[in-house]
Amino acid sequence: MKRPLAFARGLIATDPQADRVVPPVGASARLTGLVAGAMAFLAVFALALSLAAGRLADRWGDALARTATVRISAPEDQMALQTDAVLAVLTATPGVASARALTIEEQQALLAPWFGPDLPVDALPLPQLIEVVETGAGYDGEGLRQRLAAEAPGAVLDDHDRWRKPLVQAAGRLRTLGWVSMALIGGVVAAMITLAANAALSANAQVIRVLRLVGARDTYIARAFVRRFTLRAFWGAAAGSVAGMIGVALLPRADAAGGFLTGLGFQGAGWLVPLLLPPLAGAVAFVATRTAAFAKLRELT
Amino acid sequence: MIAFDNAAYSYGGGDLLSEVSLRLATGSFHFLTGPSGSGKSTFLKLCYAELLPTSGRVTLFDRDVRGLSRDEVALTRRRIGVVHQDCQFLDHLPLAANVALPLTVAGRNGAVQDLTDLLGWVGLGALAGALPPSLSGGERQRAALARAVIMGPDVILADEPTGNVDWDMSLRLLTLLVELNKMGKTILVATHDLNLIRQAKAQVAARVLRISKRRIQLAGADL
Repeated sequence: MKRPLAFARGLIATDPQADRVVPPVGASARLTGLVAGAMAFLAVFALALSLAAGRLADRWGDALARTATVRISAPEDQMALQTDAVLAVLTATPGVASARALTIEEQQALLAPWFGPDLPVDALPLPQLIEVVETGAGYDGEGLRQRLAAEAPGAVLDDHDRWRKPLVQAAGRLRTLGWVSMALIGGVVAAMITLAANAALSANAQVIRVLRLVGARDTYIARAFVRRFTLRAFWGAAAGSVAGMIGVALLPRADAAGGFLTGLGFQGAGWLVPLLLPPLAGAVAFVATRTAAFAKLRELT
Repeated sequence: MIAFDNAAYSYGGGDLLSEVSLRLATGSFHFLTGPSGSGKSTFLKLCYAELLPTSGRVTLFDRDVRGLSRDEVALTRRRIGVVHQDCQFLDHLPLAANVALPLTVAGRNGAVQDLTDLLGWVGLGALAGALPPSLSGGERQRAALARAVIMGPDVILADEPTGNVDWDMSLRLLTLLVELNKMGKTILVATHDLNLIRQAKAQVAARVLRISKRRIQLAGADL
């Protein structure tokens, strides 16, 4: 651990003479910057996907987990009686913060997207809906179901579990997909930089021979290459990240309905997360080039 | 300083050098002769641990080369200046930076003050900014010699240093090597140029080693 740290310190310390021992222009070093830039650009979108999916999962999870609905299907002459009984049970149930019966207008508004605003709700045998809001501690669902069955036979408790679970699961998988994409992008960057570093070391075999002849240690030789590739990856990723952030910023804003695609982006401090990509790319390049350099130097003995 | 004890070196096809036992004492001047392909360059590479003996023992500054770590080999090479026949340089760096390269890799950039004097000593003061590909064979040989001595090494190994230069330049390079020897440096020059050896023997107490039938022995007085 001590040696890589000392190596990293040496990497940061500027030594213009040491930098110059490796020929300045090389296709592999340019390729590194380009790859890091392109991958950072893609990583910004993968990040945006992950963060947006995470927000969505939280929103769906939180909003639906805290509410439940009691649906009462009863003959017309018993509807009011059972509604009162259900409200009385709910009011007495620990873990229920509030419960209220939806008005005719509210039920009409719920059905409007399917049947239009002129639906004669009074003429239809619609069930009565009661909105239940939980406290943070929650209620005993099974116990509540049993009490409702005893007091109001037409009442059915729907705790939204069957809706909530697949939605939260889907959002969670999207989030995982985003992180897997990030890991793949990191792997591709590491692989490309390793290839580029190997190519650069092979192309500079003569330079390495001369440096060894005059007493250069492997650490010194490796540092010259690692520094170059790390900086290329850092600046390439910085350019790619900025471009990606601009792209995300230009995406359509979230609309009132909170549609997923229109909500793809960063919010608040989330905008700082892509700024981690350049140092991350630099770190990946550092490890990849250092590993490749020492392996190649051993091979070139 | 450099000692071989029954050392041998073989490539895949068989022994190139065998039963080599000798000692290069501090401040000595040796020539190494032998026909092309006899193993002169291989012997020199054994002297600065670019190659390891396949059997026997080679010690540099009282350390067995087999026991040296990669870092120790690098540090040992800072005490040995090497002049190659093909004068390997970093072509993208100017001459002055190439000559100062041993200082650069040793992290002694401050000592470059003496660089101008050194370039003047080898007659290259006016070419400090020139790139190696633009130099003549003689200029490259002198630059290689300057690079070999800039760290103040204890030993200087030269592999056919006059191979690509005319007689006047050969004498000039020889004079530089003799001067270094008079400063106390140990010198070993691999060459097949017998005239150069005769010229040197007139100036310095040089001994001649000859590679013959894979072995190294002191040459007779016929040189």
